[in-house]
Amino acid sequence: MQEFLQYLFSGITNGAIYAVIAVGFSMLYSSTELINFAHGEFVMLGALTLVTLWSGLHLPLVLAFIVTVGIVSFVGFVFERVAVRTVKKPDHIVLVIITVGASIFLRGIGMLLWGKDAYSLPGFSDHQPLDIGGATLLPQSIWIMAIVGAMVLGLYYFFNRTLTGKAMRACAISKRAAWITGIPAGKMVLLAFMMSTGMGGVAGVMIAPITMSSYDMGTILGLKGFCAAMLGGIGSLWGAVIGGFLLGISEAMGVGLISSSLKDAIAFVLLLAVLYVRPGGIVNAGDVQRF
Amino acid sequence: MSTQKLTKNVVLLLCVIFTICLLVSSWAQAASAYKIGGIFAVTGPASFLGDPEKKSMEMAVKAINDRGGIDGHLLETVIYDTEADPTKGVMAVNKLINKDKVLAIIGPSTTPTTLAVINFVERARIPLISCAAGIQITQPVKEWVFKTAQSDVLAVASLYSHLKAAGIQKIGILTVSNAFGESGKHQLEAQACNFGIEIAQAESFGAKDTDMTPQLTKIRKVSPQAVVCWGTNPGPAVVAKNVKQLKMKMPLFMSHGVASPKFIDLAGDAADGICLPSGKILVAGLLPADDLQKEVLIQYIDQFESQYGGKVSGFGGYAFDAVNILAEALKGSGGNRALIRTAIEKIQNHIGVSGIFNFSAAEHNGLGPDAFVVVKIKNNTWELLR
Amino acid sequence: MRLRWGKNNIAFMVLFLVVVAIGIWIENQYYLQVMTFIGINTLLALGLNMLMGYAGQISLGHAAFYGLGAYTSAILSVHYNVCPWLALLGAVLTVSLIAFVIGMPTLKLSGYYLGMGTLGFGMVVHVLFREWSTLTGGASGFVGIPPLELGPISFLSIRNYFYLVWFILLASMVICRRLIDSRIGRALRSIHDSEHAARAVGVDTENLKLMIFVFSAAMSAVAGFLYAHFVSFISPGSFGFLASIRMVTMVVIGGMASIWGALLGASLLTLLPEWLHAFADYEMVVYGAVLMLVMILLPQGLTRGLMDIYERSRK
Repeated sequence: MQEFLQYLFSGITNGAIYAVIAVGFSMLYSSTELINFAHGEFVMLGALTLVTLWSGLHLPLVLAFIVTVGIVSFVGFVFERVAVRTVKKPDHIVLVIITVGASIFLRGIGMLLWGKDAYSLPGFSDHQPLDIGGATLLPQSIWIMAIVGAMVLGLYYFFNRTLTGKAMRACAISKRAAWITGIPAGKMVLLAFMMSTGMGGVAGVMIAPITMSSYDMGTILGLKGFCAAMLGGIGSLWGAVIGGFLLGISEAMGVGLISSSLKDAIAFVLLLAVLYVRPGGIVNAGDVQRF
Repeated sequence: MSTQKLTKNVVLLLCVIFTICLLVSSWAQAASAYKIGGIFAVTGPASFLGDPEKKSMEMAVKAINDRGGIDGHLLETVIYDTEADPTKGVMAVNKLINKDKVLAIIGPSTTPTTLAVINFVERARIPLISCAAGIQITQPVKEWVFKTAQSDVLAVASLYSHLKAAGIQKIGILTVSNAFGESGKHQLEAQACNFGIEIAQAESFGAKDTDMTPQLTKIRKVSPQAVVCWGTNPGPAVVAKNVKQLKMKMPLFMSHGVASPKFIDLAGDAADGICLPSGKILVAGLLPADDLQKEVLIQYIDQFESQYGGKVSGFGGYAFDAVNILAEALKGSGGNRALIRTAIEKIQNHIGVSGIFNFSAAEHNGLGPDAFVVVKIKNNTWELLR
Repeated sequence: MRLRWGKNNIAFMVLFLVVVAIGIWIENQYYLQVMTFIGINTLLALGLNMLMGYAGQISLGHAAFYGLGAYTSAILSVHYNVCPWLALLGAVLTVSLIAFVIGMPTLKLSGYYLGMGTLGFGMVVHVLFREWSTLTGGASGFVGIPPLELGPISFLSIRNYFYLVWFILLASMVICRRLIDSRIGRALRSIHDSEHAARAVGVDTENLKLMIFVFSAAMSAVAGFLYAHFVSFISPGSFGFLASIRMVTMVVIGGMASIWGALLGASLLTLLPEWLHAFADYEMVVYGAVLMLVMILLPQGLTRGLMDIYERSRK
C-alpha cells in the first residue's frame, strides 16, 4: 500500500509538471488553433532565467519570478511579431514548422547563454518532504499544483468573464467575423502568444527546483506537455490538467507495477488507447481540426 | 513556361552549385603541417564528454606546437561536432578522411558513434583513437581502432571489489536507458557472481527523467544492502536527491559517469557519502608522492583550469591522452598512416591522465585495473578510498 | 495527357543523366557520401510527401517505419543469414503489414490527433528498439550489418552505393509520378481538399488513406534498408521523435504535394548542417534561424517559392 501511494505521489509530481506545460499549449491552441512546438523551449527559458536571477543574482524570489515571466513573455512577443505575423500565407503546417525551427533556434540561444551544463535549484520553501501514509511528497509538487489550479481558474475567468478573453475566443472561432465586429484580431493573436509563452515561463519557474535545468530540457518536456494536452483534448484547459495528471500517473504506475524500462511505451499505449476510444481527447474537445 | 521544365532547370541549377562547390573547395595548408582530425559530441546529449574533449585536444596540440611540433612539423587540427548522432559522425569521419585528408582521427565521444564509423575507418586504413568507453570498440581487436577511455568492465570490477571488501552481497541497481547505462547493466550482471553479489532488483530510468522515486521504491522493497546507480549527469543527481527524499538508509554507489565536480553541484547535500569508481584525476592532490600519474594529472588540471576555467573532470583526459599517444606515434612516421598505426601498438608505459597505457597488437585499449580508484564524496569534495 | 507525361519523362531523364555524370565525374568520397545520404533522405521525404502533401494526412512518427525497415533487414541478414536482397523484401512486407495494422485505427483520427496517434506509435516503436536488446542490440546499437552485392558488383564502395540509392530513388519518383497522375492520385487529392466531398462523390476514402499510408511506410522501409547496409550500424537514437520531425520538416520546407519538393527539402536539411560546421557553437542557432527564414519567406516550400521568384524575375 505504501508503495502504491509512493507511485501515486511520483505520478502526481510529474503529472503536475506536465499539466502546467500542457495548459500553455492548450491555451494557445484555443485562441489561435496553432500548436507551438517551441513551447518546451519557453519553459526552458523560464527555468534558466530563474536560475540566473534567483541563484546567480540573488534577487528575492517573487521579484525573480515576475521578471522571469516578463522576459519570457517578451520573447514570445518578439517571436510572434517576427516569425508568425510576417508569414504571408499562414497555412497551419507551415506555422508548425516555423515553431520547430524556433525551438532549435531557442535551444541554440539557451546553449550560448547558459552553456551545456545542468543547474539545480533549491525548492521554494524549505520544508522537508511531506510524509503521508509512509510515502513522501516534495512540497514543490504542492506549489506546482497550486499554480496549475490558479492558472486554470484565472484563465477560466479571463475567457468567460472579461471582454478581452471573450474577444480572444471570438477570434479563435472565426477571425473574419471577429474582425468585422471590430475586434483587433492581430492584437488578440499577439496577446495569446504572450500569455501562452508567459505560462510556459511560469511552468519553467515552478519545475526548475525539481528538474535539473539545462538548455535541452525543453524537448522532452514540450513533447510530454503536448501529449498531455492532446490526451485531455486540445484547446480545453481542464483537459490539459486532466491529461497531464493522467500521463504522469500512468507513467509512474507503469514503472511501479509493470516495468521501468517500458515506462514510455506504457504511457503512449495508454494514450493511443484513449485516442482510439475518444478521438477528441478525454474531454472530447469539440470539432477536431484538420491540419 | 511549363512547371516541369522549370523544375528541371532548378535541379540543373542545384547540380551546377554542387559543381561550383567542388571546384571552389581548396585545401590551402602549410605543406609541412601534420593534420589530425577530431570528432566529438560537443553539443547534444553527450556534450559533457565532447566539450571538454575538444578543449583538451586543442590544449594538448597547442602545448605540442609550443614545443616545436613533431619532427619539425606543427600539428593542425580539424574538429567536427557529431552531436552524439551516429549519422553525423559517419559524415564527419568521411569529411576528415576525404576532404581534409587528415593523418589520424581522435574521437568519437560515444560508443554508438564509434561503432558507426569503425567500418569507414577500417576501409580507409586510417588510425582512429576513440574516447568512448564501450568494450566492443577494442574487443575483438580491429586493426585501425584504438581507444583511451577506460572500459566499463574495469569500472564495474573496481566497484564490485570494493563492495565485496565491505561485505555487501545483495544490491539493487538503477541504470540509465542509453548505451552507457545498458553497457553498465550488462557488466554489472555479468560480473556479479565473480564477487559473490546478488542483484535483487534491476530498474532503469530515462536520461532526462525528473523523478525516480517509483524505481527506488521497488528497489527498497527487496531490502538491498546497497544501491548502485549507473548513469551520467543529470539523472544520477536526481536519484541521489530521491534517495534522500525517501529516507533510504543503505549506501548509494554511482558509476564513473558522474566522476566530475558537476555531480556534486547538482546533487548538493544528497551527494554526501556516495562512493564511485573514478580515474585518479579527481583526487590527484591526494595521491601519494610516488604515484606515477600524479605529475601528469596535476599538470593537466592546472593547464585546463587556467585556460578554460571551471573545475576539470576526467572526460577531457581521454582526448588529451589520445593526442599525446598519437604525437608519440607520429615521431619518425613521416606522416605515413600505416607507420603511425604500428607505432601506436608499440607504445608502452605511456603515463596519461586516464591511466598508464600499454598497447600491443592484441591490446588496443592499453589500460589495466589500476586505472580506477574508488572515491567518496565528503563535504562537497572527493576523498580517496583505495 | 501524353504530352504531360512526356514532359515529366524529360525531367526524370535529365536527373538520371545528372546522377550518372556526378557518379563518373566526382572523385571525392565525401561528396559522394553526402549525396548518398541526400538520396536516402529524399526517399524518406518522398514517401511522407505522398501522405502529407497529396492525401493531406500528417504523420509525426514516420521514423518508426524507417527504423523498422532498417532493423528488420539487419535482423534478417545477420541473425537469420538471409541474403540482403531477400531481407529487403522481408523488411518491406513486414513494415507494410505493421503500417496496415496500425493505420486502420489510427487513420480514423484526423488533424492533430492523427499526428498525436502516429507520434505515440513512433515512441512505442522507439522503446521497442531500445529494450528488445536480444533482437536489436538495444541502446548500444546493431553492428555487423553486411554490405550489399549483386553478382559481380560490390556495393562496398561509396560510388556504387551512390548509384544504387539514386537509381532506386529515381524508380520511386517515377512510380510516384505515375500514381499521382492516375485515378488514384486524383482521388487522393480530392481527399486532401475535402474528405467529406470526396466521400460524397463515391471515393473510398478509408481504404485510399490506408493504402497511401502503407505505401509511404514501405518507402520509408526501403530507405531504412539502404541506410542500414550503408553504415553497417544502426541504433535506436537515429529513429526517434526528432527524426520524425526532421522528416516532416523536409517535406514542408521542400514543398508539399511535389516530388521535386522532397528532393529539395532533403537536400537542404542534409547539406545545411554540413555547411554550418564552421559556425561551431553557433551552428544550432543558425540552423534554426535558417529553417524559420525559409518558411517565413517561402511558406509554400522551396519548390514553389523558387519558381515564384523565377517567374517574377522574368516579368
